[in-house]
Amino acid sequence: MIAQLTRRERQLAILISLVVAILGLLLGLAGRNDPLGLHGALICVTGLVMIALIGRDYLAPEPSEDRFSQYYDDPIRAGILLAIIWAVFGLTIGDWVAWQLAYPDLTFGEAWSSFGRLRPVHTTGVIFGFGGNGLIATSFYVMQRTSRARLADQVSPWFVLIGFNLFCVIAVTGYLMGITQSKEYAEPEWYADIWLVIVWVTYLLLYLRTLARRKEPHIYVSNWYYMAFILVVAMLHIVNNLAVPVSFGSAKSYSLFSGVQDAMTQWWYGHNAVAFFLTSGFLGMMYYFLPVRAGRPIFSYRLSIISFWGITFFYMWAGSHHLHYTALPQWVQTLGMTFSLMLLIPSWASAGNALLTLNGAWHKVRDDATLRFIMVAAVFYGLTTFEGSFMAIRSVNSLSHYTDWTIGHVHAGALGWVAMITFGAIYSLVPWLWKREAMYSPRLVEAHFWFALAGTIVYVFAMWNSGIIQGLMWRTYNDSGTLAFSFIDTLIAMHPYYIARAFGGMLFLIGGCICAYNIWMTIREPKPSVERTGDLPEPQLAAQPAE
Amino acid sequence: MSFFGFHYKLERKAIGLVIGIILVASIGGIVEIAPLFTIHQTVEDAPDMRLYTPLELAGRNIYIREGCYACHSQMIRTLRDEVDRYGPYSLAVESKYDHPMLWGSKRTGPDLARVGDKYSDQWQVAHLNNPRDVVPVSVMPAYRWLLTTELRIDDLPLHLKAQRRVGVPYTDEMIENAALDAYGQANPDSPQAEGVAKRYGKATNVRAFDGLPDQLTEMDALVAYLQILGHLTDAANKPVAQAGTVQ
Repeated sequence: MIAQLTRRERQLAILISLVVAILGLLLGLAGRNDPLGLHGALICVTGLVMIALIGRDYLAPEPSEDRFSQYYDDPIRAGILLAIIWAVFGLTIGDWVAWQLAYPDLTFGEAWSSFGRLRPVHTTGVIFGFGGNGLIATSFYVMQRTSRARLADQVSPWFVLIGFNLFCVIAVTGYLMGITQSKEYAEPEWYADIWLVIVWVTYLLLYLRTLARRKEPHIYVSNWYYMAFILVVAMLHIVNNLAVPVSFGSAKSYSLFSGVQDAMTQWWYGHNAVAFFLTSGFLGMMYYFLPVRAGRPIFSYRLSIISFWGITFFYMWAGSHHLHYTALPQWVQTLGMTFSLMLLIPSWASAGNALLTLNGAWHKVRDDATLRFIMVAAVFYGLTTFEGSFMAIRSVNSLSHYTDWTIGHVHAGALGWVAMITFGAIYSLVPWLWKREAMYSPRLVEAHFWFALAGTIVYVFAMWNSGIIQGLMWRTYNDSGTLAFSFIDTLIAMHPYYIARAFGGMLFLIGGCICAYNIWMTIREPKPSVERTGDLPEPQLAAQPAE
Repeated sequence: MSFFGFHYKLERKAIGLVIGIILVASIGGIVEIAPLFTIHQTVEDAPDMRLYTPLELAGRNIYIREGCYACHSQMIRTLRDEVDRYGPYSLAVESKYDHPMLWGSKRTGPDLARVGDKYSDQWQVAHLNNPRDVVPVSVMPAYRWLLTTELRIDDLPLHLKAQRRVGVPYTDEMIENAALDAYGQANPDSPQAEGVAKRYGKATNVRAFDGLPDQLTEMDALVAYLQILGHLTDAANKPVAQAGTVQ
């Protein structure tokens, strides 16, 4: 892979790695009396390892000029593999903590293995590790193909990918040591947040530079969604993570905002992390892989415009529905509820557009498990967005909030929509990227599909039951006008559902492991190389010099 | 030009899309968040509001570190059953000095906004050490290391200073004495104990929270924090008419 880089790119990569290593060293020295010291060391070692890796092949011959007549897919392959590793890791932790809620002593008795520290390891592992790597890898693929342009350079894709994974590793190891800001889905501390900003700006610039080289006059709809994902996540990340560190030698920081303003900022972030990380980016994925896999054009171009701008506008208002009946002023709650309801229109426009695209290709859905992953993802997207709007209604929320119903809702979206669409994209991409005719075993793809679907359904039904039962028990009164159930009564009632949930999660995890095995077997067995037809940038690109 | 005609042109310009996305996505946040900082009624006035002592702040940081917020909310909603179960509904002012807030989003365990003084120190210590010793069906993890881990207090002045930088009115004297105050609050017979009441008010709990007077453990800090929850101000117990009054 190093051989693909030019001599100057190798020098640049070594320079960047050196800067990272020095920054890590400084951070480690400043934080030698703090858990921060370990992270400094980790960053420093990462930089040094990168230098060693590049240096080992530094003298390899330079790539030939004909690379410009091909897309640059090395970082995409790495991204796909990283996504799968994170998926198996994140799902495993998730299922472990699910069993802990049924059997609380399933820890090692150590601080790092308790629920409170493992829970963000699970969420970060699946959302950022699995989802993030999936988005970065597919965005690199889609932006090149839909623009008919090669990535703008060969260093920044690697910087984005490796830098992002370094962020994820810092985040996850930090939680285990007790480093967290406590803001849900924004737990990493100040130094990790600053690092992510640098990575993210590079990502945006790479995207724009590649689009600037495009041979297509129009920017395809997938790219709008990927761009919204990159831009708005940057906005949310920067505002919500504004904080003052205790010192440069301390991992700890204090949020700039407090109380009600902090709550609103956090859920403006939290809900739109769902919107722009877990929805927008994956819609970008869907708008490419669904029509390509089905061999049908998108049903309606206009519908895709309406849903894109609708989602981008309405979602940003909806965060306050996480704070119904709290100390947040009621006018904000009402705005949040209203926009959450309106959000159903662009959401269903997207889901409908996806499903109607399949008209004329339903026989393929029946025969092709990969396309079925994508189809089921679109169905779950429609169901979850309906449920989300429903739960944002104040009176419904009074029952559902603080209960497992929320957890069920999130997993209907995360397992049914995000993970399924990603698996669909990955199963499409792996043969294309590794130039194979098909996956190693289509039957294992089929098996994975049914494990994933069964796991999701068991999980979601368990959490619906548990959540609604608990919500109702909390508000049940005796004839004498006193509360009928103690909190402990509800815990006893939920126990069987917690076992069912952990079982459903296990099914989903088994599916993930099958996927990892199938990919491994596909890429390791030597096979004659099969190019995806027409998978080249336009010929005139070859004449262009490097930037 | 029709909307779709306009869009047909817009989607040929990457920078046009970038600007469009930023504009369209900014509006919601600006309208909903900015006024919260400027409209005075958003946070009630509570002249009796007191600050977290250094020991309580350290305990709060342990609460954050262990991820307690993932299963416990600190926000009693304005619903009858919640008020009956947990006490008066939470006011915005009660988390005015909470950087960050810990309202939470899930109740795998009960709400803790008013858990202070609801149980004895002994109960809290036993429960944190192994919840199933006192609540047999509890699914809470056992936090056995709290009783055996010494609390780090040498950096507390820096913590208070950072808190002041984000708007919590700690005085120079409080910052200077942060480490001593943390020690004194958990050692009632020590000479440092007096300063705590002087700086943070007579109502401050000064006692050996973990039952071990000669040791300052993380358990001391966490229990001190839990015992103050809901007692930073009396505003929520006053009649509703007064709570929202603008000065």
